[in-house]
Amino acid sequence: MSIIRADHLIFTYMGAPRPSIQNISLDISAGEFVVLTGPSGCGKTTICRCLNGLIPNFYSGDFSGELIVDGMNVKDHTTAELASHVGLVFQNPENQLFSLSIERDVAFGPENLGLSREETRKRVDWALGVTGIIDLKDKPPYELSGGQQQRAAIAAVLAMQPKVIVLDEPTSFLDPKSALEILEVISSINKRLRITIILVEHRLDIVSRHANRVIVMNESRIVLDGRPGEVYGEEARLIGIGLPRVTTLFQLLQKEGLRISQMPTTVDEAANQLRSMFTQ
Amino acid sequence: MIETEELRFAYPSSPEVLLGIDLTINDGEFVAIMGENGAGKTTLVKTFNGLLMPTVGKVKVDGLDTREASVARLSRDVGLVFQNPDHQLFSETVKEELAFSLRNFGYDEETIQRRVTSILETLDLSRYAESSPFILSGGERKRVALAAVLVWNPKHIILDEPTIGQDYQQKDRLRNFIVQLNTQGKTVIIITHDVEFVAECKPRIVLLSRGKVIGDRPAEELLSDEPLLDKASLTRPQIGALMHELREFGLPESAIDVYSAQQAILHSLGRRK
Repeated sequence: MSIIRADHLIFTYMGAPRPSIQNISLDISAGEFVVLTGPSGCGKTTICRCLNGLIPNFYSGDFSGELIVDGMNVKDHTTAELASHVGLVFQNPENQLFSLSIERDVAFGPENLGLSREETRKRVDWALGVTGIIDLKDKPPYELSGGQQQRAAIAAVLAMQPKVIVLDEPTSFLDPKSALEILEVISSINKRLRITIILVEHRLDIVSRHANRVIVMNESRIVLDGRPGEVYGEEARLIGIGLPRVTTLFQLLQKEGLRISQMPTTVDEAANQLRSMFTQ
Repeated sequence: MIETEELRFAYPSSPEVLLGIDLTINDGEFVAIMGENGAGKTTLVKTFNGLLMPTVGKVKVDGLDTREASVARLSRDVGLVFQNPDHQLFSETVKEELAFSLRNFGYDEETIQRRVTSILETLDLSRYAESSPFILSGGERKRVALAAVLVWNPKHIILDEPTIGQDYQQKDRLRNFIVQLNTQGKTVIIITHDVEFVAECKPRIVLLSRGKVIGDRPAEELLSDEPLLDKASLTRPQIGALMHELREFGLPESAIDVYSAQQAILHSLGRRK
């Protein structure tokens, strides 16, 4: 079942000389884990803003084509209406948290939906549980580490029980260990709750093992779309995508004449192939 | 040269953030300051240009005690590029943003134009000269903030998380640019979590954890020392992790970038044939 369908989507910000996204046609099924990548300025963030209706409802400009998310045409619904269908998590959790306790922050969304106290409490506890920060619920956001803050930002979105969560480089402010932990949280939300994930990320090294699909954009268009192993080839390299280091390493080894059966996208895949080469 | 002596620092009525740092960074060095969120990295570099004064101890820039100079005076020599470009940008066009500091330092208009044009070129920003910084993408705004500091040609350059939001090509460009600054004798200090970037640049790493220096070694050594990395919430870079997995075949764990790994693997396979 398709949860996101875009048909010839074009958007030009007011005053910008050219469109930020052009002819975006896309079909994403419920439950997919999609990594959206591409050089900076290629239109990734613009697509995220379309998915929850910030475009065209909040950012002015020329919008054409059609975008249906969870059965709703984004043009015909307010951002507030879309918020319980599509959650957006930003790069910097500080921009998203504002209350005096994590619990208040996570309750904000459900309360604004007009849910009962009991239902709100249930959702808040559930969201804090899924993200692993239930013990921190009385703490103010500024007392938490960056990783804990990002978990709280994800919990706040999760409490709206959306079908889709869009995350725009959610780990770039975090230290590497916290970043890996956040990716595990996102992956488990995807697997356990079947929530569709759209993750914008440059660092394919750390996200490839979680994604079933990678979409590469360049100069405001989609240029590659497929499984990580299919997408990470010569064309992606020429666009300037930072392929996982292990993939690049194997491309070099192949040029040196080593027989590579399948291009690895993770450390484990690469280690297995090399191990069999060494033991042959 | 930047020196700290038993540097301690606490924000008003808060626990100490820096717990006695002794560090010497020589002219022309390339140093990465790494460590977990909240380790004190940004606080440390803010003492280098006098934005923060030590609570205890001393910071000296080229022999000058930061307590004896104004931030304006220190900033001429120590250029600090903040993590969030929006804390730094305010002009209507990118060009104006870059010219601002030069005007304040009293340069003539011809020099200003020449320097602005050249730095826009270097950082791949020429096409945005007349644009507002605020219509640019996050990654592009970050490069404008960098350009706005580099344009006045400080001797020591500090970049707080320069790779966040940058794509692969821009990181590559940044890496070449840092090398170029180094060869001009400039000191480059970066604060970063980006183990992959560091694995490719191989600077000296100063590892900070909970306000103390817990490691100060070349990248190849430090990024393969797992117990130490663990303390500062860092991970091995991807290639380092692969070499570690395959150490039983004699691959060196200090091979942390693609090219040294390629050499090591070919060498090791060749020996077996």
